[in-house]
Amino acid sequence: MSRGRLVAAVLLALLLVTPSVPMGGMRQYVLHVAIQIFIWSFIGQAWSLMGRFGLVSLGHGAFLGVGAYTSALLWNFYSLTPWIGALLAVGAAVALAVVLGIPCFRFRVIGHYFGLVTLAVGEVVRLLIIAERDWTGGSLGLTLKTAGSDWSVYAIQFADKRVFYYASLAFFLAGLWIWDRVDRSMARSALEAIGEDETAAASVGIRVTRFKLGITVASAGLTALGGVLYAQYISYVNPDTLSGIGVSLKIVFAVVLGGMYSLMGPLVGTALTTALSEGLRIAFGLKLLGMAETIYGLLLIIFIIFLPSGIYGSIRDALRRRSLDPRISA
Amino acid sequence: MDPIFLAEAAINGILLGGVLALLALGLNLIFGVLDIVWIAYVDLVMLCMYAVYFLSVVYGWPIWAAGLVSLAAGALLGVAVHLLIISPILTSAPINQLLATGGLLFFLQSAATFLWTTDHRSVRLSLPSFEIAGIFLPATRIIPFVISIVAVIALYVFLTRTYIGTAIRAVSQDREAMSLMGASPQRIYIVTSAVGGLMAGLAAALLVFQYSVHPFFGGQFGPLTFMICVLGGLGNMVGAFIASFIMSEVIAIGGVVISTEMGYVIAFVIFIVMMFVRPGGILAKRE
Repeated sequence: MSRGRLVAAVLLALLLVTPSVPMGGMRQYVLHVAIQIFIWSFIGQAWSLMGRFGLVSLGHGAFLGVGAYTSALLWNFYSLTPWIGALLAVGAAVALAVVLGIPCFRFRVIGHYFGLVTLAVGEVVRLLIIAERDWTGGSLGLTLKTAGSDWSVYAIQFADKRVFYYASLAFFLAGLWIWDRVDRSMARSALEAIGEDETAAASVGIRVTRFKLGITVASAGLTALGGVLYAQYISYVNPDTLSGIGVSLKIVFAVVLGGMYSLMGPLVGTALTTALSEGLRIAFGLKLLGMAETIYGLLLIIFIIFLPSGIYGSIRDALRRRSLDPRISA
Repeated sequence: MDPIFLAEAAINGILLGGVLALLALGLNLIFGVLDIVWIAYVDLVMLCMYAVYFLSVVYGWPIWAAGLVSLAAGALLGVAVHLLIISPILTSAPINQLLATGGLLFFLQSAATFLWTTDHRSVRLSLPSFEIAGIFLPATRIIPFVISIVAVIALYVFLTRTYIGTAIRAVSQDREAMSLMGASPQRIYIVTSAVGGLMAGLAAALLVFQYSVHPFFGGQFGPLTFMICVLGGLGNMVGAFIASFIMSEVIAIGGVVISTEMGYVIAFVIFIVMMFVRPGGILAKRE
């Protein structure tokens, strides 16, 4: 087994036994943080499927919100099991992606314009949720109605955090696998060509709209799935945490910080931003309301200015420079 | 629906459009020259609104004096943002530039929450209301409109008749050529940021008449401002001016006919549709 695979196997084994390690009273909290990291890394990975090819979306909150609210509302009002609700949620997000993507890509909406259009869509979803407060709960959010027991597979509600831990870990690993598949595929080369020069790519026969639409649909569907998972875990949905510019920017931050072009980038970035915000929250608690977020924002600015290729990217470049054979000229 | 209400909403839309135009023009100016969208632009407005609030309500300054301070504060903040945040990342990837100003947005909103809590503050001004043909026009809406139109004209004069204004227009047309012409880019950037900040400060002083001050004001008007700019064509001043009124009319009339939030939703949907019809903005030339 190659060294890389051995390391990966060891890490995986460690992750699998973590919930059983004795931690005193800290276990619930550690599991909670781990679950958050896995879910948001999964979502970040989904975003990076678009972001790495130049399709920078500032409105992924739209897909998150559509996904989470679709399954939550179907459960609360029709007692429809989230298993099916999730499929419908993904369908809804995919439909939204198609409705947006076809005109966007056919009319060559790219760069700044694409970013701002996606921002608009994210905000539209958030405002719609708030406007229809009679059945969505508006700004106050919506609590998933309880299934009445500690362990309900039908309702995907479990009191034991370990279930969600393994579930989110599974999702995270699936996300890695999907990312890797895309990375090794012909689609990747096509999309990179499109990202560099759309006209040239089209001139050699690449179906630009089709590829862009495909990756957008994939990204949207996976993001929606992440939203459903998060909603089921927290049992509560809120338009500000699951749609709008705030959450969209947070996703982008985490991925860019960690490194947009690498497999583990989203995980590194999400782990760091989560650790940062949790650490600041613990340090400040409720004593100085807003101070934690202020420092968080400040650190993000500093990171972006001084570590432009992300943390993972910067470390990797530094290691690569060190391992270059000094006898060969660069 | 009583046509009087529609007419009133239409006129209110125009009055609001004037102030939105200030925001859109300021943002466009900066984008045209620097090619960076200041995601945190409307949060600068928020800070200036707090300045006006504290000076006029807490310290009892007359409103016009607080307004002048707001102008100065806006200009200073604009320059500060440029020097501290924009300058280091002028050559970074566009996504990093977006995220840097996005980080500034988080920072400003949270700092404001920390310093002044999320309580909504109002600058209460008792001004008369005028009635024309059954339509009520409060002075709190007319005065900001008049001042903003004057400011837009002043900006136009500045950009077309002054030396540095012409330099700014030249830079926004072709940034590389400018250094060939011997102009100093740094100076232009600073002046542009100052003028953009000044517009924000003025908009703050005018918006304080009608809206309450709170840390998340940027979330209320920020996305709208970006959309107005993109609708008019990023960097296109005339387009932004027209687009401001289009959006404000949709919001005002939609707000009266359905509900306030739906007014915004419809405006945003129109924006999205327009992006497909005219991706370069409403005044873009057909390719």
